[in-house]
Amino acid sequence: MPDVDASFLALPRHELADAALQRAKDLGATYAEFRLERIRSESISLRDSVLESAYDDEDLGLAVRVIHDGTWGFAAGVALTTDEAVRVAEQAVNLAQVSRPINTEPIELADEPIYDDVTWVSSYEIDPLSLSRAEKVALLTDYSDRLLNADGVTHVTVQVSSVNECKFYANSEGTSTTQQRVRIGPALQATAVDPETGRFDSMRTLAPPAGRGWEYLTGTGWNWDEELAQLPGWLAEKMAAPSVEAGRYDVVVDPSNLWLTIHESIGHATELDHALGYEANYAGTSFATIDKLNSLTYGSPIMHVTGDRTAENGLSTVGYDDEGVAGQQWDLVKDGILVGYQLDRRMAEVNKDVLGTNRSNGCAYADSAGHVPIQRMANISLQPAADGPSTEELISRVQNGIYIVGDKSWSIDMQRYNFQFTGQRFYKITDGKLDGQLRDVAYQATTTDFWGSMEAVGGPATYVLGGALNCGKAQPPQSGAVSHGCPSALFRDVRILNTTQEAGR
Amino acid sequence: MTTAIQLTPQDTIERALKLAAAEGAQGCVVLVAETSSANLRWANNTLTTNGAMRGSSVTVIATVGAGEGTAAGVVGRSSATDASLGEIVSAAVAAARESGPAEDARPLVDGTVGPGWDDEADETDVSVYESFAPALGEALTRAGKESRWLYGFADHGVTTLYVGSSAGLRLRQTLKRGYVTANGKSSDLSQSAWVGAATRDFTDIDPLAIDAELTRRLSWATRTVSVEAGRHPTVLTPAAVADLMTHMYRKLDGREAHEGRSVFSKPAGGSRIGEALSPQPVRFWSDPMLGGLETFPFVAAQSSGGSQSVFDNGLTLTATDWIRGGKLENLMQSRFTAELTGAPAVTPAIGNYALSVDGATGSVDDLVAGLDHGLLVTCLWYIRIVDPQTLLLTGLTRDGVYLVENGEVTGAVNNFRFNESPVDILARFTKAGATVPSFSREWGDEFSRTATPPLLVPDYNMSSVSQAN
Repeated sequence: MPDVDASFLALPRHELADAALQRAKDLGATYAEFRLERIRSESISLRDSVLESAYDDEDLGLAVRVIHDGTWGFAAGVALTTDEAVRVAEQAVNLAQVSRPINTEPIELADEPIYDDVTWVSSYEIDPLSLSRAEKVALLTDYSDRLLNADGVTHVTVQVSSVNECKFYANSEGTSTTQQRVRIGPALQATAVDPETGRFDSMRTLAPPAGRGWEYLTGTGWNWDEELAQLPGWLAEKMAAPSVEAGRYDVVVDPSNLWLTIHESIGHATELDHALGYEANYAGTSFATIDKLNSLTYGSPIMHVTGDRTAENGLSTVGYDDEGVAGQQWDLVKDGILVGYQLDRRMAEVNKDVLGTNRSNGCAYADSAGHVPIQRMANISLQPAADGPSTEELISRVQNGIYIVGDKSWSIDMQRYNFQFTGQRFYKITDGKLDGQLRDVAYQATTTDFWGSMEAVGGPATYVLGGALNCGKAQPPQSGAVSHGCPSALFRDVRILNTTQEAGR
Repeated sequence: MTTAIQLTPQDTIERALKLAAAEGAQGCVVLVAETSSANLRWANNTLTTNGAMRGSSVTVIATVGAGEGTAAGVVGRSSATDASLGEIVSAAVAAARESGPAEDARPLVDGTVGPGWDDEADETDVSVYESFAPALGEALTRAGKESRWLYGFADHGVTTLYVGSSAGLRLRQTLKRGYVTANGKSSDLSQSAWVGAATRDFTDIDPLAIDAELTRRLSWATRTVSVEAGRHPTVLTPAAVADLMTHMYRKLDGREAHEGRSVFSKPAGGSRIGEALSPQPVRFWSDPMLGGLETFPFVAAQSSGGSQSVFDNGLTLTATDWIRGGKLENLMQSRFTAELTGAPAVTPAIGNYALSVDGATGSVDDLVAGLDHGLLVTCLWYIRIVDPQTLLLTGLTRDGVYLVENGEVTGAVNNFRFNESPVDILARFTKAGATVPSFSREWGDEFSRTATPPLLVPDYNMSSVSQAN
């Protein structure tokens, strides 16, 4: 496993933290925490096998959060000097003082053990940012050429985002942590344009973003050769496919699509800040309110969903969160019943009587030094059945249905009830077998109806860790990366829309 | 420890340009952005988070000869010191040398020293809330006593952008932006209302007035009515229209249209420029000098794409009609894509837009007064593209859908999921009001400089009912 980058370790982490925490304490803060973060990122895009844009970025800064007179105060800056650390601490206290008249609930935090100068590094082999751009562009040009040279492909776009994130955290209780995470998100999309009708459609590779390094692009964890060889044929079939007849169908949903449904209908719905109303003015609240803990029937009895900050290669995997809480695993939905939430230290403390615990499960996170930690999603995953069926076996149980592969469009309401999703490919299922692709398909349902209609989940062999680099939340907006694992699953009697008809055509 | 010296934006640019020349760069553009912001967030009638941030970013775009063309290397850093600037420039030059010739390469934009170049960056801090915060505290207390729940967010930011190039360009521009969005709920959480507004300095924002408006809207829910999904006559507020039109604005990519993969592509090839999109005298335009919605008057691009190019940095932006008289006039074009697609003009993206209908007057209330039976939708949410061919969007109503009967709001209605295209809406709407500054519920935090009218759509497609309230 790689070490934390030496250039980050060379930064004056402890000196800056000591100066900031001491100043906050001198000004009367009862709690203070300091973060020093460096986020190196690179975005490369190709258009029809030509490099269109490449941007190499580094965001380096420091942040101080305090509790002063029972009120939060947060400030951030960029200069790495003790003077700036002190100024930021003073500004955080000042903000707490200005905010005090608006605060009616004194802030208290759940206890957490002290972690003294610990280090954690995510699981990856090759830091993408350590390689030459020419080497990366050469590989992506080769992949792009394979698609562009295939019959029926008119255009190809490639986008690869890579991140190396180093974070130092210290709080006034004595915890200090140093962590490094690497993640990568590749996507190749082929587009076909019919010159006679003007109709166009596209198909994207299904490799999810992952907590991996450049090795992911060369075959570790994903078979690029196989997918790039198949994709043009899939796209050609989709262009010639019949439009779906709207109605109700049994559907088998591939993990490449189901991860996003989990993210929206379970992941966000079980964030306790949503349920408590903290996000009400922005992303919304949740139907899974805290009074329903241990009683809400979320879905069918075979539904088992976990939160996990420790999954290998997970995008939301950390050693410690931004409140110094160690990574954990726990249940959110067990036997179809809501049994848990995602928490930070404040929510754990305030709601300890209802939750039955006063320990945070490590879900506080900020996307950069410039932002305050918020309650953020862990890797939320639907567990497979230990001896569950293969995807082919699930399909064999359907007489007239649709097999949905890959994600595309997604939307859910502000209490996480009504959702609508599309996908990359839709196969008609006739008498238990795939019967060619369909197009213009979207599925629409209510969260508990949908999960209640889940008749079977696949076995461990069908399990795939999907995810997203860009989950948006909070005000000011923050972008989070999160993984979701799931098996294939069979759902009965789901509403299918024809998107062309929805457009009134 | 050794302390690195923070450089002024002007020094950063001058030194970077010299370093780039010394490294053998053919040309160089440097963008320095100094930012500061302060925010307050509240929920359940109390403060939840807050923050004051100061930031700085440097972007170096170095160009080098590459065969018979020119390559660009782009490197950004959150700040530069005397010690780190050399590394940043070297990295940009090295990145350019590792890249092949850029398709969009053009001579760097010429220029001179613009007004205010020597000025320091402007700044904001928490003092912007000195009168707002106590009034907000009073509003939260009042809401608590009157059994309402308030949730909201106030943000104020200032960005000062400096752009300099080896072609002599020296530009400086400051943009202030601020906004407040507020959500009110009834004591049982069954009813919800929303108010949002953009501001420059918060002197024109009164939290008590916002609470009063939320209270007025919540009072409309004394009567609640269930309405089935289907196509309904619907009045969209300016905020809801902005929710939809921001998506259309973002799809005005000239190259995509030319390549046949956009709602603005012509089936037989090429773009739909010149084609009527609406039977109504619709105008959709951007103008960096648009009163109250001013934005950067020059290109500031950190990456190249269909509608912009790093080689165009500093290019002067002027008022651009995207749609005029209902006809598609222009799509977004860099110098490169304009030449590639044979576009009539170089028309890069601009950071604001306005939609208007010639001769349209009146407010939301006036459109409601003219409606016999239908819906009033105050804002939309979670809007995503379902089909790029038609620009079909899906999304939801939230925080205020009302029943209109005989020209009056007569009750609150359940929420809906919709499937609609903003391009189709321009072809179908039957009435419009006056264009006013608007604030998109979903995209306003990112794209707040919008002005839109209320619209009456005779058959808005409410695809299904949402239980959310």
